[in-house]
Amino acid sequence: MKLIMAIIKPFKLDDVREALTPLGVQGLTVSEVKGFGRQKGQTEIYRGAEYHVNFLPKVKIEVAVPTDLAEQVVEAIIRAAHTGKIGDGKVFVMDVQRAVRIRTGETDNEAL
Amino acid sequence: MMRMLRGVLPALLLCLALAAPALAQPAPAPAQGQPNAAETSSSSATSAAPAAAAPAAPAAEPKVDTGDTAWMLSSTALVLLMTIPGLALFYAGMVRKKNVLATMMQSFSITALVTVLWYVCGYSLAFTNGNPYVGDFSRVLLNGIWDGWDKPFNFGAGTDNATQLTIPETVYVMFQMTFAIITPALIAGAFADRLKFSALLIFIGLWSVLIYSPIAHWVWSPIGWVNALGAADFAGGTVVHINAGVAGLVCALVLGKRLGYGHDNMAPYNLAYAVMGASLLWVGWFGFNAGSAVGANGRAGMAMLATQAATAAATLAWAFAEWIAKGKPSVLGAASGAVAGLVAITPASGFVLPGPAIIIGIAAGVICFWSATSLKHLLGYDDSLDAFGVHGVGGIVGALLTGVFAYGPLSGTSDHPEGVNIGGVHQLTVQCYAVLATLVYSGIGSFILLKITDLLVGLRVKEEEEREGLDVVLHGERLG
Repeated sequence: MKLIMAIIKPFKLDDVREALTPLGVQGLTVSEVKGFGRQKGQTEIYRGAEYHVNFLPKVKIEVAVPTDLAEQVVEAIIRAAHTGKIGDGKVFVMDVQRAVRIRTGETDNEAL
Repeated sequence: MMRMLRGVLPALLLCLALAAPALAQPAPAPAQGQPNAAETSSSSATSAAPAAAAPAAPAAEPKVDTGDTAWMLSSTALVLLMTIPGLALFYAGMVRKKNVLATMMQSFSITALVTVLWYVCGYSLAFTNGNPYVGDFSRVLLNGIWDGWDKPFNFGAGTDNATQLTIPETVYVMFQMTFAIITPALIAGAFADRLKFSALLIFIGLWSVLIYSPIAHWVWSPIGWVNALGAADFAGGTVVHINAGVAGLVCALVLGKRLGYGHDNMAPYNLAYAVMGASLLWVGWFGFNAGSAVGANGRAGMAMLATQAATAAATLAWAFAEWIAKGKPSVLGAASGAVAGLVAITPASGFVLPGPAIIIGIAAGVICFWSATSLKHLLGYDDSLDAFGVHGVGGIVGALLTGVFAYGPLSGTSDHPEGVNIGGVHQLTVQCYAVLATLVYSGIGSFILLKITDLLVGLRVKEEEEREGLDVVLHGERLG
């Protein structure tokens, strides 16, 4: 099993979800996060007080999938979240040791 | 420092007192907007006009005018709306999330505190005869207001300048109370994010009784000494805005900067609150300015006309100035511009025509933009929400331009149909005296009251409390 974590532009969330559903992905977790990478921040001005905002809003999605599905999911996320501009985000893939569905007690691939 | 100022204050007051009669004009009629003879004579045929105008009516004692009273009851509600929720939202929208509730609580609790003090002695000290500098204690706890409760109020009865109003005194008490509430509530913009709640109650309580009431008396009482100079302040440019603005500046200087000022991100939590607040202020201000005609009459109409013109012009002026200087016309800028325009037209409404009102609005928008965005940083004080930058500076702009643009006939009386306040060098000079007197008294007085409060309970919350946020530290609550 693999856990795929992707940081993407917030407005790309629906595209990514639509790209993953046909692959058989049963669910995913979404968080609103902030961070910085190569994309520079913005400047906000309130009555002459300028604030440089370094941390930009992003969406983090986490999806756990069977190992054989991982590569397709990564490709789908990259295709759907791509704009070609700085700030598109990143995808990370991690090994998962164990998974349990709390309701039924099913484990590993059955729990995904 | 304090001892020195305590010594200087009486001397300054004495100087002002001595200067007053020397500067006074030969026989000025009540000059400001509140109790002006012009509108009472036009709106209350029963009170002043001879019986010939209405042959059937006997020249009996004056009666309450129901139209005037209806408008003043409505205006009272409108002006209260300016503080809660108007100002509460305007200020709360500009602070960080951790201080939103505490900032709203400031407006809300000041409303309650000043109301009680107004009944106890504030009204009495401001609007009874007393002497030219302060009223007396004859209306303590509104004593005797029930005598003639259904008769129109004879403001300044027993003096040479008594003004026969057409509304009951109860309504006048309430209308003026809403002004007494909003003035200290405006100061809160300067000490937002760092003042203790106990210090707020003590400082504002003392300030309302010892600073606001006397200045209201100077300017609006028929025997007030600034009134006798011939100063024109229709709805409270000096009494409300310069007064609150200067007190705010002193608060900002005495309290010092917020922790992390100039370093931390202090971006507003929710500017939508601020825009809603500014909009409520705009609407409520019709009660403030048009209500200051103390009647439903032509002067109220002129005041409303001028108010809308100046506010709109100032909104555009601030937005365009910001667009040119900073690259973008901000929403907060437009809302701030509207408030600056409202502030500046306050003393002038009821004295000026629509054209000059637009000029006053443009001047206020551009100058207040400069004071709130550049002057503050230049001088290095932290007036958190620009109580001085908008209300102090806008009030001064308005008070002085009233002296330039006052259109005589609007302040005409039967004795002086050409008007008692006519724009020109003389009126401008008188306006300068009124501004200066307010600056000096409010500035020094606020400083002393802050020092007293500091001795009693201390002014600022502790450093870690300020970091944590006033909502939780002072009130034990938090926004979601």
